[in-house]
Amino acid sequence: MSVDISTVKRVARLARIAVSEDDATRMTGELNAILGFVEQLNEVNVDGVEPMTSVTPMAMKKRRDVVNDGGKAADIVANAPVTEENFFVVPKVVE
Amino acid sequence: MTDLTALTIAEARDQLKARAITATELTSAYLKAIETANGALNAYIAVTPDKALDMAKASDARLAAGKAGALEGIPLGIKDLFGTEGVHTQACSHILDGFKPHYESTVTSNLWADGAVMLGKLNMDEFAMGSSNESSYYGPVKNPWRANGSNADLVPGGSSGGSAAAVAARLCAGATATDTGGSIRQPAAFTGTVGIKPTYGRCSRWGIVAFASSLDQAGPIARDVRDAAILLKSMASVDSKDTTSVDIAIPDYESIIGKPLTGLKIGIPKEYRVEGMPEEIEKLWQQGIAWLKDAGASIVDISLPHTKYALPAYYIVAPAEASSNLARYDGVRFGLRVPGKDIVDMYERTRASGFGDEVKRRIMIGTYVLSAGYYDAYYLQAQKVRTLIKKDFEDVFHAGVDAILTPATPSAAFGIADQDLASDPVKMYLNDIFTVTVNMAGLPGIAVPAGLDSRGLPLGLQLIGRPFDEETLFQTAYVIEQAAGRFNAPKWW
Repeated sequence: MSVDISTVKRVARLARIAVSEDDATRMTGELNAILGFVEQLNEVNVDGVEPMTSVTPMAMKKRRDVVNDGGKAADIVANAPVTEENFFVVPKVVE
Repeated sequence: MTDLTALTIAEARDQLKARAITATELTSAYLKAIETANGALNAYIAVTPDKALDMAKASDARLAAGKAGALEGIPLGIKDLFGTEGVHTQACSHILDGFKPHYESTVTSNLWADGAVMLGKLNMDEFAMGSSNESSYYGPVKNPWRANGSNADLVPGGSSGGSAAAVAARLCAGATATDTGGSIRQPAAFTGTVGIKPTYGRCSRWGIVAFASSLDQAGPIARDVRDAAILLKSMASVDSKDTTSVDIAIPDYESIIGKPLTGLKIGIPKEYRVEGMPEEIEKLWQQGIAWLKDAGASIVDISLPHTKYALPAYYIVAPAEASSNLARYDGVRFGLRVPGKDIVDMYERTRASGFGDEVKRRIMIGTYVLSAGYYDAYYLQAQKVRTLIKKDFEDVFHAGVDAILTPATPSAAFGIADQDLASDPVKMYLNDIFTVTVNMAGLPGIAVPAGLDSRGLPLGLQLIGRPFDEETLFQTAYVIEQAAGRFNAPKWW
């Protein structure tokens, strides 16, 4: 399978990465090179093979459903580009 | 006085305990070495001299009080992927501009709890995506090694290129690193250092910037096998904050070093003999086989039939996980924000300007293979192939093989800004052809220097072990190290 430039632009939109016309052209070639390389996986017979979900067999560890951490709002917003009173500030999303 | 930076971790530890040297002297020697060399090598992207000297002073007090930890007073470099409280942590990406976490990663916490001293943060490929350290926002690292009679700058490998270069140039006693497809072992091989990627789950991933969560694993790069064993023992732990970290006792890895190989069965996989591999690497591999045989191991030919599919499967699984992990960099919670006309425009501009080309490429691939209509054809197929890759190893181990010997890389270090590699991303990916199988199967793998090529550049061998049997890797790698000797880059910087 290969991608065309309109697919590349659509994927860039899904990935939330702005691309120029030149970027999209270049990326189309690069992505097709990678997709061409991974194509060989289709040769492998995977009949009856389960997809890997965990590389080491393990049961998911669970903890008690209790609050065990918190009260760190100031720490959490400390690295944000724009904040106000421990809230993240974003451009207006609702008119 | 002898150069304190020449001491291995084991040697420095003994001298510190004997009070022959102080942690402050040792740390000062490293800070001076960094000051002299870093302009040329670009291994550190942030040096923390005040913190280092404070930590060294505290180590000296503990040494005086007879309360020394396992790494008391040992100065280490930390890959920029590890969260370090109040200190530059950006995965060498522009998008994390100014990020200083309010927490400490579990691995580095373990090291400080054992008394280690932090010298600073080390350069790496952006978000650990790369095999040459050229995708770093902070520019490439230079390999301390150069070819005989040449002044051309070589890459140290990647993604842990800063870690490997700093260890090889003696700008730290040892370094932390991470490995998603070969990012510890390939740079170790390119710089004549020892690097081990432990079994998935051996070290906690908590507080390490995520790339591909089912493959990422932390490990050390060190000057020799013993030092790597000492560091891994401190780095490893079970951690309630990483549910994939395992609760299996951590052995004293150092104590296995020097044990004879009698009774061990070493497998030689025929699929690792790839087309176009330099004859020197084949020769080195044969030499390694002879060394292990001489040390009492028995050698068996084995087959790992799905080897060639590991790299293509990796380039679906790893970008898929990366596209999802890197979704969090949105200009809202941390780092860079580029304003836009609305919120989506802000996201798109921030990510366009914050991520480098290689990172964008992988996010795009990952987004594509996970998108509606392609999931089964790519992602599901790759995860099934991954099951088969793991089964290849299980079959071999079930048949009694204790460890597998392979070359570490298909070539020695190459030049910075190599045009041939820059023009085709897939060519760069082929660097990981011998290492990536290990991540796909979650196994431990160690790279150990085994010789120099005809141009005088280091080449490494890789040993792959059973899950959680890092001990056999240290035991076997030590035999190779004893036979091959140690390799130091002639100082030009």
